[in-house]
Amino acid sequence: MASPTKVLETIQLEHVPSTHTVHIGVFKDVENSEFLHQQLLSRNAEFEYAFIDASSVTSRFQVLAAIYKAITIQLSGAMKTPNIHSEIVCSLSPNNNISEAYRRFGITPSSKHLIIAKVLITPQTTLTPSALNEHLLAHVKGMPVPFTDEALQAEQLTDWAKVRKYYKLNNVGWLDGVKDETEKRREMEVLVLGGMALRGL
Amino acid sequence: MAAAVIEEPPSSSSIPKDEHEFPLPAVLTYPSSTPPTLVTQGAEARLYQTTYLLPSIPSALKYRPPKPWRHPVLDARLTRHRILAEARILVKCRREGVPVPAVYAADESAGWLMMEWIGGVPARVGINEWLRRRKETEEAQGNEGDATPVTGDKEEDKDLVALMRRIGSAVGRMHKVGIVHGDLTTSNMMLRPWEEGKGPSNGHTVAHDPLLDGDIVIIDFGLASQSSSDEDRAVDLYVLERAFASTHPRAEGLFSAVLESGYREAFKQASVVLKKLEEVRMRGRKRSMIG
Ligand SMILES: Nc1ncnc2c1ncn2[C@@H]1O[C@H](COP(=O)(O)OP(=O)(O)O)[C@@H](O)[C@H]1O
Ligand SMILES: [Mg+2]
Repeated sequence: MASPTKVLETIQLEHVPSTHTVHIGVFKDVENSEFLHQQLLSRNAEFEYAFIDASSVTSRFQVLAAIYKAITIQLSGAMKTPNIHSEIVCSLSPNNNISEAYRRFGITPSSKHLIIAKVLITPQTTLTPSALNEHLLAHVKGMPVPFTDEALQAEQLTDWAKVRKYYKLNNVGWLDGVKDETEKRREMEVLVLGGMALRGL
Repeated sequence: MAAAVIEEPPSSSSIPKDEHEFPLPAVLTYPSSTPPTLVTQGAEARLYQTTYLLPSIPSALKYRPPKPWRHPVLDARLTRHRILAEARILVKCRREGVPVPAVYAADESAGWLMMEWIGGVPARVGINEWLRRRKETEEAQGNEGDATPVTGDKEEDKDLVALMRRIGSAVGRMHKVGIVHGDLTTSNMMLRPWEEGKGPSNGHTVAHDPLLDGDIVIIDFGLASQSSSDEDRAVDLYVLERAFASTHPRAEGLFSAVLESGYREAFKQASVVLKKLEEVRMRGRKRSMIG
């Protein structure tokens, strides 16, 4: 048998204890978002992931920033949601409204593209990266895409109108004057990070 | 304990890279690809160069340690307030297109602010090095370097004139969006090198010294506030003018004229502020005559 496709990238974030490893996969044209969403609602522990709606995401940087924030909140014992994965979804939001954060940044029954993240914490967990990989391959009906800015752009996963609305970037008029597309995207990306960093502050 | 040394900080150049005099803030105690480096140690804050999320993303961490000489409750409140104020003002500036570091993360209770690392040197360093070289050239030509003020009229002063205009323009843009800085000096502005091929074409045909090239990025909003008062703005300019005169005395005269022209170009209400600046200067002179 051929070895299974690798759909998860493993990342060791800076300034995070080595007990915490991050595993992320991107899937486009997902056909069973309704099923996945249902698993979350019924708190099926096997499906404890951060299921992120990729259309609300601009970059790899943004996702990693949310994960970093969720890890620091978990370490400080100040989580406001059931687990570190729901905390990741909420960390994407520029405000403290939890149900709005789930709706805007988390999976919905109609989500088309998903970014799925899992934080493995040793020694508590018995899961391995390859077990996660197989689990997602078996249960997510979608096309794996690399977790890179290039792929997010090439596949046009981002809904910019939505991002602009969620992060209140519509009144940032000068952005439209930026001719260089790369520069414009980079600028939006850091404004998004600023919004996340100031969440509730 | 570390507590006692804070009031008399060692000069930053004497801090050995691999041996911190202070315990790292908790946020920097977990593993990273390269160890954090203490860049400066001010009376209120320490600045570390480190990474954020990935080894490839450099960042600046501003940390305000607890001040043992202050009442702990008051100290915690002050620190929280200052981190928050600085983060909010940086985000506002960035949204409005004022050149400042992007905010990456903040923990106001732990006293830190993580932001974009700005490459290059503080403008003060670039300007002083430029003035030093210019003096050397003059001396080599047999002139008495120290005596000649830099007026900006000479062809070789073009780079400095252009830099002043960029400084004026950056300050004008900041004032325009309703922020006053509170501690404007050439140490609180970085001179960030232009990316390859991104610099403005400046008419240089022959070999050009890149020392003063780069975008001005304003940093250190620890004393900044939201204000649209022309008086506050004028005081900002006055502080910069005085700081400039004391750190770069040879270029003092050039400074005001050019700074003002860049400021006017960026900020429609400049005239009112510059008129106020006249008054502020007068008050300053009177005060120095009395004191
Ligand atoms: N974002 C940054 N990128 C690169 N260097 C920085 C950044 N912020 C500060 N620095 C460096 O650290 C020094 C001190 O930072 P600053 O914010 O001015 O703190 P302080 O309040 O102690 O003056 C600056 O003069 C500059 O050299
Ligand atoms: Mg400073």
